[in-house]
Amino acid sequence: MIEIKNLHKSYHMGSNSLHVLKGINLSIKEGELVAIMGSSGSGKSTFLNILGMLDNLDEGEYILDEVPIKNLNETKAANYRNKFLGFIFQSFNLINYKTAWENVALPLYYQGVPRKERKERAIKHLESVGLGPWIEHLPSELSGGQKQRVAIARALAAEPKVMLADEPTGALDSTTSREVMDLVQKINDQGKTILVVTHEDDIAHMCKRIVHLKDGVIVEDSYVNQVRASEYVQ
Amino acid sequence: MGIFDRDLWNEVFSTLSKNMLRTVLTTLGVIFAIIILILLLGATTGMSNGFNKIFAGTASNSMFMWTQTTSMPYGGFERGRRIDFTLEDVDLIKRQVSEVDIIAPRIQSGSATVIREGKTSGSGVYGDYPSISLVSKKRIVEGRFLNQSDIDESKKVCVIGLDAYKLLFDKGENAIGKFIQVNGIYFMVVGVYKRNDNINFEGENAVFVPFTTFQKVFNTGNKIGWMAILIHPGKQVKVAENKIKTLMKEKYNVHPNDVRAFGSFDMSEVFTGISAFVMVLQGFSFFVGIFTLLAGVIAVSNILLITVKERTNEIGVRRALGATPKIIKRQIILESIVLTTFAGLIGFVISVAVLHFLDYKFGASEDFPFVNPTVSLLQITISFILMVTLSVLIGLIPANRAVKIKPIEALREE
Repeated sequence: MIEIKNLHKSYHMGSNSLHVLKGINLSIKEGELVAIMGSSGSGKSTFLNILGMLDNLDEGEYILDEVPIKNLNETKAANYRNKFLGFIFQSFNLINYKTAWENVALPLYYQGVPRKERKERAIKHLESVGLGPWIEHLPSELSGGQKQRVAIARALAAEPKVMLADEPTGALDSTTSREVMDLVQKINDQGKTILVVTHEDDIAHMCKRIVHLKDGVIVEDSYVNQVRASEYVQ
Repeated sequence: MGIFDRDLWNEVFSTLSKNMLRTVLTTLGVIFAIIILILLLGATTGMSNGFNKIFAGTASNSMFMWTQTTSMPYGGFERGRRIDFTLEDVDLIKRQVSEVDIIAPRIQSGSATVIREGKTSGSGVYGDYPSISLVSKKRIVEGRFLNQSDIDESKKVCVIGLDAYKLLFDKGENAIGKFIQVNGIYFMVVGVYKRNDNINFEGENAVFVPFTTFQKVFNTGNKIGWMAILIHPGKQVKVAENKIKTLMKEKYNVHPNDVRAFGSFDMSEVFTGISAFVMVLQGFSFFVGIFTLLAGVIAVSNILLITVKERTNEIGVRRALGATPKIIKRQIILESIVLTTFAGLIGFVISVAVLHFLDYKFGASEDFPFVNPTVSLLQITISFILMVTLSVLIGLIPANRAVKIKPIEALREE
């Protein structure tokens, strides 16, 4: 599903240049649930941004579902993001003046899905994350865990190939974190490829594979025995 | 997703309506700008209408001409000679000068005595044709003006001014059908007129009798005092004036360069002056209005710029979810247009109401030249098109700013 070959990325600030990613090779198959770990400054966020087509790569290859991702202009990147990727953010990033279902329907709006169908699909996804009774609520009326579940529903709405989660539990307490990870695992069970950036060990072990980044290179890449989040959830 | 897509508008309206305070504050500048623009234009129109009311009844393409004394010796004549126009001159001018539509000759007497039942009025007495009313209309308050049958039959009838009426009659007395004495001859009063607001040569203390009657009674023969001349519409009064003067100078052996022999007054000059004044005023109003509007729209742009900054995160999210730069741009520009148009409409409604009030307050006033201050549909259309165009152009600034935001930077901002 994802092929990364010899990926390099540097940032230039004036005369200084910061080499963040120094040749990353990674292959992720369909249906995998991969945790990307690393301390701050390891380059994991930069890596995720490139995967998410929010940033351009300097050197190397990035192939997503057999489509080479290169030389993207803004419009093309937007269309690819919309078609291929679902984002989950640490701070949820819901639009605060839109109701839960309107937030979920937003990617569908950019796909040009008619309004009626949009609402139906958004409600279906909200129900699948257990937020059926909250479809007309504003983000400010929801708890952190509920917000993140709206965000997950939104990421699912466009039916993407890959879901990218940037510290999805970073702003949540441990109980809510497990609930969210339980949801992530269930979505993965249905065959969705998911990448989770995290620095928490227990979250990483809820994935099937852990990739360790340090100073811009992969130092460890191993398959682990997945811990089911539901074991913790009472 | 075309421009008439319902979802696009939903998106715009929900953004605007869910930030109501911001929306209202943003629109204030444009509302005031439109009010100023429309009030200025309306006031100018009101003033222009006011002037028109003052000059109502006076044909703008008209002139008056009379004789004076020559100032240069010519053809064996000395200077200081007095010339009198005659009825033949009227026919000659009509035949020779194609620009002339109607000539109303007049004869007058400064030394007539007007008496009724021992009261004298000292009125001026004029012999006129009814066609004078085509050049300078009298406001008849009672009875009628002179007509053709008065001329044909040289009837001894007269039309008197309000001042003359006050001097000759008791208050409230009906003048119509009563007789007054002019130089010992009885004339029946058939009409009373009121002075116009316009340029007025006779005042209200005057007695008008049929030209032919004047001729016979005062034995003036063919002589006439002056001519009121109506020029065909679209023809230049100045040109006709020069032609007539040249013709008369030839006829009466007056030096071609003698400017004093004939006096004339070109009504169109007065009107040109006033309409030029009104035009300048209108241009000025538009100028001031447009720049006020520009300032208002810039205020909208400014607020939108701030809100773009405020909405950096939201725009970043939208971009991450697949909004192309074009979609973002279109939304911001549409917000700008909707805000401006909405504000414009409110401004229009308020300013039209104010104009209506001004008309109600001053419109009926006699001496204040301010009547029916309205704005034309054309002016409204132009202002509206201009407003929308400006809002699009100005909306481009925040729109481009919004597009420049990289989604990655926008998402980082929390």
